[in-house]
Amino acid sequence: MELKLPIYLDNNATTPMDPRVLEAMLPYFVEKFGNAASRNHSFGWVAEEAVDYAREQVAKLINADPKEIIFTSGATESDNLALKGVFEMYASKGNHIITATTEHKAVLDTCKHIEKMGGQVTYLEVNPEGLIDLKELENAITDKTILIAIMYGNNEIGVIQPVREISAIARKHGVLFFTDATQAVGKIPVDVQADGIDLMAFSGHKMYGPKGVGALYVRRKNPRVKVTAQMDGGGHERGMRSGTMNVPGIVGLGKACEICMNEMEAEAKRLSVMRDRLENGLMELEEAYVNGSKEHRLPHVSNISFKYVEGEGLMMGFNKNIALSSGSACTSASLEPSYVLKALGLGDDLAHSSLRFGLGRFTTDEQIDYTINAIKDTVLKLREMSPLWEMFKEGIDLDTIEWAHH
Amino acid sequence: MAYSDKVIDHYSNPKNVGTLDKAKKNVGTGLVGAPECGDVMRLQIEVDEATGVIADAKFKTFGCGSAIASSSLATEWLKGKTVDQALAIDNMDIVEELNLPPVKIHCSVLAEDAIKAAINDYRVKNGMPELELEEKKH
Repeated sequence: MELKLPIYLDNNATTPMDPRVLEAMLPYFVEKFGNAASRNHSFGWVAEEAVDYAREQVAKLINADPKEIIFTSGATESDNLALKGVFEMYASKGNHIITATTEHKAVLDTCKHIEKMGGQVTYLEVNPEGLIDLKELENAITDKTILIAIMYGNNEIGVIQPVREISAIARKHGVLFFTDATQAVGKIPVDVQADGIDLMAFSGHKMYGPKGVGALYVRRKNPRVKVTAQMDGGGHERGMRSGTMNVPGIVGLGKACEICMNEMEAEAKRLSVMRDRLENGLMELEEAYVNGSKEHRLPHVSNISFKYVEGEGLMMGFNKNIALSSGSACTSASLEPSYVLKALGLGDDLAHSSLRFGLGRFTTDEQIDYTINAIKDTVLKLREMSPLWEMFKEGIDLDTIEWAHH
Repeated sequence: MAYSDKVIDHYSNPKNVGTLDKAKKNVGTGLVGAPECGDVMRLQIEVDEATGVIADAKFKTFGCGSAIASSSLATEWLKGKTVDQALAIDNMDIVEELNLPPVKIHCSVLAEDAIKAAINDYRVKNGMPELELEEKKH
């Protein structure tokens, strides 16, 4: 196949929409524009039917009942609804939530908000592989604990938490288990029954569906879970999420789920082979380190630090042709390097030197070959320019130097 | 964020990358920044002892494209200047020349710091008092 440029390897940020998804959505903008809540005419019925069908497609992918799917605007809203909704609904039972330091900001910032509202939150540390400690989790549970919120697969390093073990602990102590599965649903088998999940957030645009639509799975049986609505209005979605249904978006999410259901297994295999080839190619460089567990990891993700070169400077060498992201401070608004990498125990210097690769449905072998070469060339070129590399090569221990911090 | 053409040019074709013999009396070395901050610059000058003119300048930088461009530009400006003239290089001159956005101004400050650190190293080696440098905000 011919090499197609530019190469998109930032599929953890967002995925391109599958043309089949677009095709499914198109009739619902102009021709079938009805409001799914209009009960008394055919426009409404057509829209409602489309939403019902999508709800089935979504439910099927995660082995849920369609009634357990609440459509939202995306994973951030789902995270907010799950955390704040449980905190309010179960206030009489307790006010304590357990989460982890490597969660997405949509979870961490919502937890901070809950703390301001009088909640108590425990933030579990992770080990150098990026995994939480199950004993620590169990020990953190108190009689006030209402919810454990641990993500399925991490967005920066792809590490998959031991979800089944976590849910078993939650079950044992009568605590609800919520997981942000935005990076996992549609990429690896996620089964809310087998995994023992009570609430789960996910999003359309991370699985080749449209932006602006997502879902929250809310268990209805064993136990029956309820969340307090965070928006007041027409009482849509069984009273848990008001607002006119985003019919084209929901249709798109449904179609995206259906495609993932059918193709996920083959796609995961194909991408993990490609990812491993990319990783092995890049690991031929000296002083390159894979961040996070290689064993418990999403098949399409790799995060590598190239010591003695800075991530943004590195990306500048090829970002005309390759799109990916870095844990370097320079790429974020906060001027702090990635908190996820720091949580693994990486020094700021290694966090600054990291690149995140997110492969996807449309990634080709030719693109991987091109990427390996382009990154290797740039790393070598920048190391020739790096005073730290020179010192390393001279055998100087960089930790013994008194750096001027500012 | 898009980079200016000048930053891209210095990044793609950096001027004066390399190492001077820091043991030589007429070579001044400045090493500024910190790996944890994501920027380290090493800037060196070699002074013609007869004329006091900077005959050669080299840099190596660990950092983003703007940091590399700032140090590359600094070495270009240093060559041919006397040590005293070199002291007058201001970080805002670099900002202007490279069109650095506000979030990248610290790269130019670092380059100015590196120039001054290299000059101070040269002065101390040659029996001159160290200059008191005003602290610029990074």
